[in-house]
Amino acid sequence: MKISNLGHQVSRFQPSRRQFLVGAAATGVGFKLAFPARKALATEGTDPDPFDAYIQIAPDNTVTILSAHMDMGQGCYHGIATLVAEELEADWGQLVVEGGAGNTKYYGNLAWGGVAQGTGGSSAMFSSFDRYRRAGALARTMLMNAAAESWGVPAVEITAAKGVLSHASGKSATYGEMAEAAAQQPLPAEVTLKSRDQWQVIGSETFRRLDSGMKSTGRQDFTIDVKLPGMLTAVIAHPPLFGAKVKSFDASAAKAVKGVVDVVQVSRGVAVVAENTWAAMKGREALTVDWDESGAEKRGSAELLAEYKAALEKPGLVAANRGDAAAGIAGASKVIEATYEFPYLAHAGLEPLDAVAAMNGDTLEIWGGHQMPDLYQAVTAQIAGVTPDKVKLHVMKTGGGFGRRAVTDADIMVEVVETAKAIGWKAPVKLLWTREDDMKGGRYRPLFVHKVKVGLDAAGNIAGWDHRMIGQAILVGTPFESFAVKDGIDGTSVEGVNDTKYAIPAFRAEVTNAQTGVPVLWWRSVGHTHTAYVMETMIDEVARVGGRDPVELRRDLLKDHPKHLAVLNLVAEKANWGAAMPEGTYRGIVLHESFGTVVGAVADIKLNDPANPAAGFKVTKVTCAVDCGTAINPDQIRAQIEGGVGFGLGSVLHEELTLTNGLVDQANYDSYLPLRIEEMPVVETHIVPSENPPTGVGEPGVPVIGPAVANALAAATGQTVRILPFSKGVGV
Amino acid sequence: MKLSINGEVHDLDVDPEMPLLWAIRDIVGLTGTKFGCGMAQCGACTVHQDGIAIRSCVTPVSAAEGSEITTIEGVAGKEAEALQAAWTALDVPQCGYCQSGQIMSATALLQENPKPTDADIDAAMSGNLCRCATYQRIRAGIHDAAKAIG
Repeated sequence: MKISNLGHQVSRFQPSRRQFLVGAAATGVGFKLAFPARKALATEGTDPDPFDAYIQIAPDNTVTILSAHMDMGQGCYHGIATLVAEELEADWGQLVVEGGAGNTKYYGNLAWGGVAQGTGGSSAMFSSFDRYRRAGALARTMLMNAAAESWGVPAVEITAAKGVLSHASGKSATYGEMAEAAAQQPLPAEVTLKSRDQWQVIGSETFRRLDSGMKSTGRQDFTIDVKLPGMLTAVIAHPPLFGAKVKSFDASAAKAVKGVVDVVQVSRGVAVVAENTWAAMKGREALTVDWDESGAEKRGSAELLAEYKAALEKPGLVAANRGDAAAGIAGASKVIEATYEFPYLAHAGLEPLDAVAAMNGDTLEIWGGHQMPDLYQAVTAQIAGVTPDKVKLHVMKTGGGFGRRAVTDADIMVEVVETAKAIGWKAPVKLLWTREDDMKGGRYRPLFVHKVKVGLDAAGNIAGWDHRMIGQAILVGTPFESFAVKDGIDGTSVEGVNDTKYAIPAFRAEVTNAQTGVPVLWWRSVGHTHTAYVMETMIDEVARVGGRDPVELRRDLLKDHPKHLAVLNLVAEKANWGAAMPEGTYRGIVLHESFGTVVGAVADIKLNDPANPAAGFKVTKVTCAVDCGTAINPDQIRAQIEGGVGFGLGSVLHEELTLTNGLVDQANYDSYLPLRIEEMPVVETHIVPSENPPTGVGEPGVPVIGPAVANALAAATGQTVRILPFSKGVGV
Repeated sequence: MKLSINGEVHDLDVDPEMPLLWAIRDIVGLTGTKFGCGMAQCGACTVHQDGIAIRSCVTPVSAAEGSEITTIEGVAGKEAEALQAAWTALDVPQCGYCQSGQIMSATALLQENPKPTDADIDAAMSGNLCRCATYQRIRAGIHDAAKAIG
């Protein structure tokens, strides 16, 4: 196998040691360590002043909450508003949420130890649960203290409700009227948070998302909608092969296009800067670039798959080793062997990558989907030649994310700042990737192959499980390797396998880090996108071969894990597992934990022709149960599970990103095929009541649907689909 | 070139081949209509031309001259209002980027078919991608809006 050429991914990032540490924390440590911290959150030291950090109250009584996490649709702004409103006693209608950035002490992700700001690993509610309730309680206390002082009455006699302070004497003031005085109050040494039985907002079904109206009427601004005086729009000609570089270019024809203002080389290609988007696109069409492809990745998917499969015959790095798997398999009465292939996947969010940069005086301002703000600030400051505190980030809501906007080298931010710098900062620049740029731009869910051997004893029990995986490690080969990868093993490659809760006494998992020049990245639910599929279809196969009911088998294997068992039992009950199925309909069950959240799913499928499974099927209904700790917004939990199921279903049915001779074969939604409405099943979600700290729901709905559908289809055919997507071999 | 958008006539000096989408967004400055694919595959750019839902990303601005263009900023009437109310009540949007296009397509559907079935909805809305997969709530929102109109 070739030595990797990842230079183009990382060459821009040559940070100082301090920045390097920040960056490492923002990515590897954060994503990898997102959930050991399910113990109670530390609230050591003094809380920040809520009016400095999290809550701004305007004289008109508008309460603006500054979110530590970026909202890409997953609803974290709604969750954070809920936490603040509960303790602040604010009126829902007075709330606005905006993105905060630029202060690690205020906004550092507490699931990552607070060392860097970032959104990922379904950790926003976990990180925010205490932080934003405390901010709300502190702000309310300061408002009440200000009112008491102003009215000359004891603070305990003040009532705060729906954004209004009042006293039995008849005195009252809105929060807005008392805000200035409240900000002058000393920070209370301690506050007592409400007990659960006092909650009125947390857990409620009443309060709707604050942005639904905006998003239903076209009024929600995204990065692509930013308008600044004199702003120019740029598109970049990127190399067609990963790892290629600009050798030379001829801009004369591009510059002749009406509206084109500049054509400039940047580190990752050639930028065409124009008065409007269409002129920039036409200019790029007219541009001629000669690429140096000497260091480029030129293998196609077929070659990579063949190389991966060959490499799987050799041992890898040991990710888990419990008992003696080899002996168990050697002594087994039956052995199941299976090889699985998972393609590259594109995030393909509807809003393609974009960012806006402007130099205002000595301050660089950047509008974008700042999913790792501290890192982006450090990287762009270096390019612009300013100190990080002179980089002001405007955190925009983004038109989908799915992991694509959390990038260790700050790709789109680097491109927009380099472009604006290359034209001498003479105008604000909006950089837009077209759909084709986005699809062919890399950073995919890595191609993975798994090879599994499971030995069963005469009673059908698992006697040994040997599991080999190969794929590109997301963080190996980046500057973050030494911080993020332990013993060569990237946790994002093996999560969901090495940490399985199933009681398998003889279990061994190995991983090989493939060296491939195709840039890869976390893709909604990361390693679980492939590991859950393999684990859950294999467990089902064990049940089938051993003549066991798949729910019963899982109950046996999870008997020491009451949380998992409860989710399994709830989904089985709600789906009426075991009931007779009408002709031509089948179902499959899955249980999987990711990011601290346990999800169970039962997928119902209907064959197009009951007599012929090869004629295809439709997923008609998916019943889910979820334990994500405290349910802050039950309807948002349901929404994320629904969306996760749809997102994941599209990926297993049709999505694949392939390469031929190093060139990406897909360019747009005509060839890369996310789920459309006619394939969306009915999704019913049941939430397990819990008083544990909240875990996330943005990602955990994704991993379960693929194996649930595969298990349903296997119930019909006896065969497990092992080459993804289904459309390669099964009628869908 | 004269272009009538949401009842207002704009005098535009643009390449006649410029897609209507970019004329609306970059020249007129109405950014509720979104760019998603540039080839009529995702529906984020859906607007109405004389009441018919079209994809503005593949419509040359010259082809819109002489007709009435309605964007999400200008869409009105009982269907659009009922849909937007249902969308808010059900919290249909997640990221929300595709939802302008969803509302424009759904409005055209209800104007033509006031009581659509699930199959009618799937057929009419198939061209509107939602990467967040909010489809279940889109279906429910259209049914709720149809009921509200009566």
